[in-house]
Amino acid sequence: MPVKVIIPTPLRPYAGKRASAEFNAGTVGEALRHLTTEFADLRKHLFTEDGQLRSFVNVYVNDEDIRYLAKENTATKDGDTISIIPSIAGGCF
Amino acid sequence: MATSTQTEPGTKPVTGLSKEEILRYSRHLIMPEVGMEGQLKLRNAKVLLIGTGGLGAPLGLYLAAAGVGKLGLVDFDVVDFTNLQRQVTFGTSDVGKPKSQAARARLSNLNPDIQIEAIEAQLTSANALELFKDYDIIVDGTDNFPTRYLVNDACILLGKPNVYGSIFRFEGQVTVFGMPDGPCYRCLYPEPPPPGLVPSCAEGGVLGVLPGIVGSIQAMETIKLILGSGDNLIGRLLLFDALGMRFRELKLRKNPKCPMCGANRVITKLIDYYEFCGVRGEEAPAPNVQVPEITPRELQSRLERGEDLFILDVREPHEFQICNLKGHLIPLGELPRRVHELDSSREIVAHCRSGKRSAEAVDFLRKAGFRKVLNLKGGILAWSDEVDPSVPKY
Repeated sequence: MPVKVIIPTPLRPYAGKRASAEFNAGTVGEALRHLTTEFADLRKHLFTEDGQLRSFVNVYVNDEDIRYLAKENTATKDGDTISIIPSIAGGCF
Repeated sequence: MATSTQTEPGTKPVTGLSKEEILRYSRHLIMPEVGMEGQLKLRNAKVLLIGTGGLGAPLGLYLAAAGVGKLGLVDFDVVDFTNLQRQVTFGTSDVGKPKSQAARARLSNLNPDIQIEAIEAQLTSANALELFKDYDIIVDGTDNFPTRYLVNDACILLGKPNVYGSIFRFEGQVTVFGMPDGPCYRCLYPEPPPPGLVPSCAEGGVLGVLPGIVGSIQAMETIKLILGSGDNLIGRLLLFDALGMRFRELKLRKNPKCPMCGANRVITKLIDYYEFCGVRGEEAPAPNVQVPEITPRELQSRLERGEDLFILDVREPHEFQICNLKGHLIPLGELPRRVHELDSSREIVAHCRSGKRSAEAVDFLRKAGFRKVLNLKGGILAWSDEVDPSVPKY
């Protein structure tokens, strides 16, 4: 079941400059594993060394935060959009 | 949703508008959503802008034009030439002036009827509560994580709305934190990213119009909060992708276990936010790599002596087009797979714009077995200052 993963601007340099990627995945965790397998440089930006999703990276399925669903075990279905939302701080410069 | 407009001790709320003010605000007054009642709410409102830069520019201009009775402008920085591409409050003649003062002059000219307080200071844990207490709404237009957490925490402690906006290259985020039933910044991001992992605007660049759009949305949300009308971005994170020209919206939930705004508040006073964010000083520091360096003057004299030095430029191709030292270009991100292009028997001098990326390159090459590799201290910026002023700085 293809799901679309939207890659945010700050992480695009680590994902072949791609804005999104599609994978067949039944859960969020599965989709993110596919993503970080295809783009290995992304891994350290999304996961800690012991494989936990980093606390300053938020992941949404459609418009819902996975922390309030089943986290990385959140099920995905065909046509879902997974968004990675890292904190950005810019504004004044 | 309306925020109460407090008045300073001894000052009475304005209850009527002058003939000139009625003319000035006529396009507001003829709208039932604003009208005289709404315009008087604006007239009696006090809004504090944290940062008068990219986001602060449209914020200041629109809030002053709309007749917000008191605007506070917090900024410790001075206007420089690189600001003018997006900080439209400032003109070329403002370069070198303190931003808060220059912004006050511009906004006073736009609307002489309002009170503008220029606060030429850095927002700190020591002054935030004192500065915030006289204002109804705080608008966060800063550029760094420590100040974002500081603004959030101070707003929660004082029970004030925080109109949040942030930008990166061509992407923006806007929401309203700090409302009684809404989430706070810590609900969204309990912890900041470690320094160095997220690039700043100074490294990443920003399309000049982007802060104009994001700051304008913040101004709209601020005005709606004052008027108490419409639906605010409470519990919603608005994402704007300028390149794809798409707006998206995500749900933001109040985290019941939030250490700041949850039922069991753990954080009861302002903390050291630089320590919390793992940084010391204003800028995210260079990663802690200690590598051998060469100063621009040393490099110049060695090149003049005809020594065999290989200049490695680790910037991006578009930066190379701005200016270069005739080096061999391998962007830092491509170095691991293009390392075979380098001859480890030759002495290599790596450089970038400021010396930060090239320090990482030197560190990488040394770990890869290169022995004779040096970092150009201060990068092209220092080369321009110390050796060849004809090389442009950017």
